[in-house]
Amino acid sequence: MSLQLPPMLIYAGRRLLHGVPVILMIMVGTFLLLKLAPGDTVDALVGDMGGADAKFIERLRMEYGLDQPVWVQLWRYMAKLAQFDFGWSFVYEQPVSEVLLDRLGTTLLLMATSLSFAFTIGCVLGAIAARRAYSLTDNVISVLGLVFYATPSFFLSLVMIVVFSVKLGLLPVGGIQTIAAFYTGWDHVLDVARHLIMPTSALALIYLALYMRLMRTSVIEVAELDYVRTARAKGAGEARLMIHHITRNALLPVITLLGLQFSAVLGGSVVVETIFSLPGLGQLAYQSVVQRDMNTLMGIIFLCSIVVIVVNFLTDLLYARLDSRIELT
Amino acid sequence: MSETDRTLRPAEPSRLVVFWQRYRRNRAALLGLVLFAVVLAMAATAGLIEPVDPLRRAGTPLTWPFQNWQTPLGTDQLGRDILAGLFHGARISLLIGVVATLISVGIGVLIGALAGYFGGWLDDLLMRITEAFQTIPNFVLLLTLVAILGSSIENIILAIGIVSWTAPARLVRAEFMSLRQREFVDAARNLGLSDAAIIFREILPNALPPVIVFASVIMALAILLESALAFLGLGDPNYASWGNMIGQGRNVLRTAWYCAMIPGIAILLTVLSFSLLGEGLNEALNPRQKKT
Amino acid sequence: MNDAVLDIAGLRIALPAGSDRAHAIDGLDLAVRAGEIICLVGESGSGKSLAASAVMRLLPGPQVRMTAGTIRFEGQDLAAVSERDMRRLRGDRMSMIFQEPMSALNPQKTVGWQIDEVLRLHTSKSRRERRAHALDMLESVHIPEPASALNAYPHQISGGQRQRVMIAMALALSPRLVIADEPTTALDVTTQLQILKLIRELQESQGSGILFITHEFGVVAEIADRVAVLRQGELVEQGTASDILNRPQHTYTRTLIAAVPALQPAAAKTAPQGPPILSADGLNKTFAARGGFLTGRRQAVAAVRDVSFELCRGETLGIVGESGSGKTTVSRLVTRLQNADSGTVEVDGKDMLAADRRTLKALRSDIQMVFQDPMASLNPRKRVLDLIAQGPIVHGTPPDAARDRARELLSLVELTPAAADRFPHEFSGGQRQRIGIARALAMEPKIIVADEPVSALDVSVQAQVLRLLADLRDRLSLALLFVTHDLRVAAQLCDRVAVMEKGEIVETGPTTEIFNAPRHAYTQKLLSSIPGRDWTPPTFRDDAA
Repeated sequence: MSLQLPPMLIYAGRRLLHGVPVILMIMVGTFLLLKLAPGDTVDALVGDMGGADAKFIERLRMEYGLDQPVWVQLWRYMAKLAQFDFGWSFVYEQPVSEVLLDRLGTTLLLMATSLSFAFTIGCVLGAIAARRAYSLTDNVISVLGLVFYATPSFFLSLVMIVVFSVKLGLLPVGGIQTIAAFYTGWDHVLDVARHLIMPTSALALIYLALYMRLMRTSVIEVAELDYVRTARAKGAGEARLMIHHITRNALLPVITLLGLQFSAVLGGSVVVETIFSLPGLGQLAYQSVVQRDMNTLMGIIFLCSIVVIVVNFLTDLLYARLDSRIELT
Repeated sequence: MSETDRTLRPAEPSRLVVFWQRYRRNRAALLGLVLFAVVLAMAATAGLIEPVDPLRRAGTPLTWPFQNWQTPLGTDQLGRDILAGLFHGARISLLIGVVATLISVGIGVLIGALAGYFGGWLDDLLMRITEAFQTIPNFVLLLTLVAILGSSIENIILAIGIVSWTAPARLVRAEFMSLRQREFVDAARNLGLSDAAIIFREILPNALPPVIVFASVIMALAILLESALAFLGLGDPNYASWGNMIGQGRNVLRTAWYCAMIPGIAILLTVLSFSLLGEGLNEALNPRQKKT
Repeated sequence: MNDAVLDIAGLRIALPAGSDRAHAIDGLDLAVRAGEIICLVGESGSGKSLAASAVMRLLPGPQVRMTAGTIRFEGQDLAAVSERDMRRLRGDRMSMIFQEPMSALNPQKTVGWQIDEVLRLHTSKSRRERRAHALDMLESVHIPEPASALNAYPHQISGGQRQRVMIAMALALSPRLVIADEPTTALDVTTQLQILKLIRELQESQGSGILFITHEFGVVAEIADRVAVLRQGELVEQGTASDILNRPQHTYTRTLIAAVPALQPAAAKTAPQGPPILSADGLNKTFAARGGFLTGRRQAVAAVRDVSFELCRGETLGIVGESGSGKTTVSRLVTRLQNADSGTVEVDGKDMLAADRRTLKALRSDIQMVFQDPMASLNPRKRVLDLIAQGPIVHGTPPDAARDRARELLSLVELTPAAADRFPHEFSGGQRQRIGIARALAMEPKIIVADEPVSALDVSVQAQVLRLLADLRDRLSLALLFVTHDLRVAAQLCDRVAVMEKGEIVETGPTTEIFNAPRHAYTQKLLSSIPGRDWTPPTFRDDAA
């Protein structure tokens, strides 16, 4: 008898292994992108130094292994990525990995606030709309959903800035905290929260609309299933049906979507972080494109992919926890 | 019932008629159709509003709307006519929406159909590739591609197509996997049809309705992606695009907020029209979804 | 009728505008007394299930509603009962058993939780008392290891066990009225008999009245005290079981009963001569576990084990078995819709399984299939004419000739020429199956493999399609491989029968021998499980069909 692991752990391990080929493909992908990009590390280095003669460039190329066959370069590149070594950023004059780690926290915070906001409000509104399907409440919620879904986040950001910052002066126009205020403890938390209100809303609104619509259809569908009729025939009231029989099953597709779309939300942070000057990965991505800092850009792609894979893994676990039909072994 | 089994039911009206009857029932979908027609009309008549160049100086910079009838919606900080920009922007948005959607749906249908029909190792391989593409945040990938390829309008369209094919691929794969199980596919194989004929002539026509509905979502998404790019100043500067206009309007946000708001509302309404169209198509093409 | 538990008078249920008729039920009078089982019989679309929902006051939505009549439960008019009191009645005084036990149970809750819910809603017992009660109920429905079943999820137990759980739930509080809506339709015949016996047993011990809804006269013969027959929402006849089953008065009832295939096999025809046109030898198929460390391992299932048989021109071989016996896989192996792991299939002496692509295509025209679900087996986006002509065109017949031939085939399967330009959704189930048969015949095959071709059809339509198949077989001297779970159908149509259990043929022989003197224990069990096996449907001289 080999050692007995809890089934959830085995399931988790298997799901985690699932990410391996995806990560490998992304490694290869970023390498190809780097090769496609005009200019290589040496060009960047030489540009940084303000030019150099051809012989020196030749030597640099050899030093960086750029004279080797492509597959050797690929192998070295992947080995480096596996150690979180993304090379040197010539813009920030420090290793890319350090630049990234500086920025990661802000982005994760923004993701967490936006998604929890979108998920909670979206599901509650969706469920309400479904329970009153085709009523006035449902129509109002559905129309709002369509409008939210059609509002580009950058446009919403500008509207909010005009209204809340320029006209009313209620909220700070950008940044993650008040500069040189040196708040500590709760004051610091409140200060950051005030800075996050507009970016969070701007990023969350489209997803709020999506979750709301999906939750609405999902609740309507589940409510028509046979087993809900069984529960009714047992004498269960509407509140009991909703709590014990409908919600859990109806949430499953929303959780799937949450996992699937995490990477899109992360992409959306580029625009929002740039507008609100939040020092996160999104803003960094934009700046790297403008400054043509390819190493940093590839580092961002790789780090974001890892974050997405971890989040997908967590939603998978949550799904398995909620759906008893999933066989864990 | 038994006596009537050999007599036919009365013939049903043609599919197009049934489709239109179902579509017409949804008032929101009709509104979507009207909005879409307006955008189309704007794109078609852009040359009448401003025949030369929407980027030329047409009046005093920062004229507010409804002040000067030469430029009814006002001018921006360079004196460009906002109305002309709006009409020409409709052209760009539609062009980008349609072509990028064709690219993305084309790739998606091909990959999804192969993966869903053949299954096995091919499915595994294609799905891992799809997952890899889905894992990279699409807007970051889009930025990277534009940074590498350059921001001409062709490259932007291509890049948008490349970052948005994964969702249709998954959708088509799911449709194919379920349709593959249906007995009419067995019947076709039993008649001796080739795999290619089964994929394209038997299954694909049945898999198309949800893809068509989804295409409207991608179209909206493509327009949003392009305008976000342009807003960040990474669009093609040689065309008047709504995103460009908002991006430039951002610089005068405090004093002349209309410069950003007007094109913003245009994007909102266009995207809304695609969403409404999509809902209407969905209800008309997949009527089982709404029974009550 | 003062002792009636349920008394329905003049019930009328409206359907939404645009339906094929205005009322789902029109003028239904029905009484259920304590201690009796009354069967409400009707074909699909007769409105029988809606009548049940009306009694529970669970009609779907505002458009399908009761517009006339009264429903009295234990003397009390249900229309006057508040929704709150109605909830108290449901599950306690009146309860319901549904058709599909898988979907009728909440997949996310354990069996114990779901039985417990009834007790929690209607009693003030403590947690321990409720658990004991639930255990008692599971025991009384004869579930093995009730204590561990309490903690099982519905997907972890078999279909028959699930239906037992449903019954335990419905009868937990000894309701006065139980409504059973096709409770055995989704089950295999051996399980069906056990469930029918269980319902009878519990009903006798509790003395409740049962309204039993079914479409199958065999089941009626098995369980009913009284019978009411419904056609298109109207009650055509009502009486004791023996009267309705043996001396029906209304022509509709007679038509329905005449369509029930008798269990006595027809006298064997003269033995077919000549070499076998189809022979299968040592067929094996195992559905491999989807392996690999990423997906986890599953048990491999041997679907078909060492199956051999022969079939001659003009002969019909029935392959009968319960679900999971591998009978459908056999039909897919001989047509090479699936590849066998080992074994040979010879069509007219030519090896089908070893054939290369081109030979296979030519061989396919000799062996054609008729499928189970007439809706799913026709491409919904093709016109009937194209559906039928498609095969010959693929095989090189000029399109015009193929279409002319398709029109002839339409009349051969007794459809009007007007059908040619229609789409499949414009036909009834029986008509679609005729189109499927025409499509198979267009290839001028020597063998037809029919996989449960009538199991999706109402009995009256079923009889007509079977008659057509038998007629075509004789006229075109086709060999027919007929896969079915319905032993009554097999008795009527087949010359020989092969009985399958768990992937193997356990017994094979002439139909009369198998039905009159089964040798294998499983065959005996199968035959003794057929509902209504002791009832012989009467024949009528003035048969209207």
